[in-house]
Amino acid sequence: MIDIIIKNLPILVVLTPLMMSLIVVLISNNFLSWLLTLFTTLITFIFSLLLYQEVYLHTAISYALGNWVPPLGIEYLIDKVSIIPIIIIALISFLATFFASKIMPAEINNSSISKVYSLWLLAIAGLIGLVTTGDAFNLFVFLEISSLASVALVAMGGQKDKQALVAAYNYLILGAIGATFYVIGVGLLYGITGTLNLADLSNRIAEISDNKALIAGFGFMVIGIMLKAAVFPLHIWLPRAYAYAPSAVSVLLAATATKASLYILARILFSVFDISDNLVTYTLQYIILPLSILAMFAGTIMAIYEKDIKRLLAHSSIAQIGYITLAFAIGTKASVAAGFIHLFNHALIKGALFMAITSMGFYINKRITINNLSGLGRAMPITFVCFVICSLSLAGIPLTAGFISKLYIIKASISADGIWIAFLILASSALSVVYLWKMIEALWFHESPKVLNIKEKPEIYIALLMITFLNIYFGLDASIVVNSSFEAANQLLGVQK
Amino acid sequence: MISSTLGVWNYWIVFFLMMIGLFLVIGRKNLLKKIVGLTIFQTSVFLLYITFGKIQGGTPPILNNINETVYSNPLPHVLILTAIVVGVATTALGLSLVLRINSEYGSIEEEDISAQDLIDYHDLIETSKKISVKFKK
Repeated sequence: MIDIIIKNLPILVVLTPLMMSLIVVLISNNFLSWLLTLFTTLITFIFSLLLYQEVYLHTAISYALGNWVPPLGIEYLIDKVSIIPIIIIALISFLATFFASKIMPAEINNSSISKVYSLWLLAIAGLIGLVTTGDAFNLFVFLEISSLASVALVAMGGQKDKQALVAAYNYLILGAIGATFYVIGVGLLYGITGTLNLADLSNRIAEISDNKALIAGFGFMVIGIMLKAAVFPLHIWLPRAYAYAPSAVSVLLAATATKASLYILARILFSVFDISDNLVTYTLQYIILPLSILAMFAGTIMAIYEKDIKRLLAHSSIAQIGYITLAFAIGTKASVAAGFIHLFNHALIKGALFMAITSMGFYINKRITINNLSGLGRAMPITFVCFVICSLSLAGIPLTAGFISKLYIIKASISADGIWIAFLILASSALSVVYLWKMIEALWFHESPKVLNIKEKPEIYIALLMITFLNIYFGLDASIVVNSSFEAANQLLGVQK
Repeated sequence: MISSTLGVWNYWIVFFLMMIGLFLVIGRKNLLKKIVGLTIFQTSVFLLYITFGKIQGGTPPILNNINETVYSNPLPHVLILTAIVVGVATTALGLSLVLRINSEYGSIEEEDISAQDLIDYHDLIETSKKISVKFKK
């Protein structure tokens, strides 16, 4: 029995949430449907840990779906690279589900809660599938599963605020354009090479040189995925989608959705195409690098002037995605590893910040703007302390996870002769303190307009405490994250360089 | 030159449709028309794949015991079946969102909607400010 499970882990990690989403929708009891969702995400997380163990103890797993041998059949590939986003998604989805127990019923009609959990699991299944699959077209299908499910989840915020509907609409249109661009790219590459398997594709692309359709296909794929990953200036759908989604959904999406797409971007740039190829080098140097630097500053400055706190956090996400793509764009082993470290840490940081802010919104029961944060810090000390720790982590203060990733990105950029890049990263981090301080000042130093009688509920702050603990833990002992990220970078760039 | 350009006329149709679709999505302010554009855009990609899969004089891939038969590649058709399903789901979700937007905002024109949103956003910031100012006095 255990043997069979271990053998089929790569598909189980996708199928468990996918199948359970069909069962959850049938359950009419809200608590039961939540419990089942929690159970499913826990199982998925355990599966992902088992996969981690398998990959590190033995070797990369290539799973032939339906026993059709790749490259003809669809391959599910778990290696040292793809295991990182799988762990991120499984971990965050478990914590976010835990967090959702009390928050979700406050914002969504009783009758639709089990449907929301069903979509929730569908989105998780889509994201994990996106990362697991080694087939270019299968990847598109999962891209659409996850994006349609998350659009519907964002639209559920429309029960409270009608702007969520417009946000969801924009997310849908831009997401569909991104996915279609990706399919055009895949089609062109398929036309040239005759294969859809990513590993096979990379072998055959290496044999072709100077083909215009190849360049066009590469362009379409990269732009499509950049749109999905919200790389500046293709980020326009992100702030609204995250700001008006129901609270728990914001936590889930902010921490996981763009991370999966960023992983795909890295995979296409470094694994399918060759980094020593001029095409990739120019793209990194002249397109992604300047855009990332712009993203770092534009995101931070937009966040400084933003008054709606959920939007503020979403703008800061754009800046943080900028750091990750910047690390990828430098293109050395150390910098790609740094990118993966920040991928992991940013998921923890942004998940925690969204949890803290949305639980504040839960207690005062209205949209959180900078003005009605006043005095909340004194009224809810536990949430406030977690919020401050995670803010410090975002700014990159030592002893937190954020420090580790900034350290490695800066180290990598200096060793790649980019001292000016290191300087820009530091400048943008310093700017991010401005908006973080703005929130902390309002929370702690401003008087509250009325006496706030808030009793913090353990159901809500336990998940927040857990994720804050992880933020500190990975700041003190980052060896696991750092080692796995370097292994991943070695695998992505190792053969070529 | 001319024959090689016109000889691939099916690709011309594909890119013509693609541009029309993309233009409708970007250029139109009506939410429903944007979805029409999106559908045209996606359809052009279906045609692109089908074009790849066709070989002149090729037959469907059914074994017929004649050695020199040229078979067309069936895989693009299968892929497009999947893509059509995805496209239908996207359109359905988009249309249902447009319906909900229409019942909440009373309009599906982008200008009306963003004007209403701007007022809401302004109210949200201003009202909460007034409360805190009043309290300070």
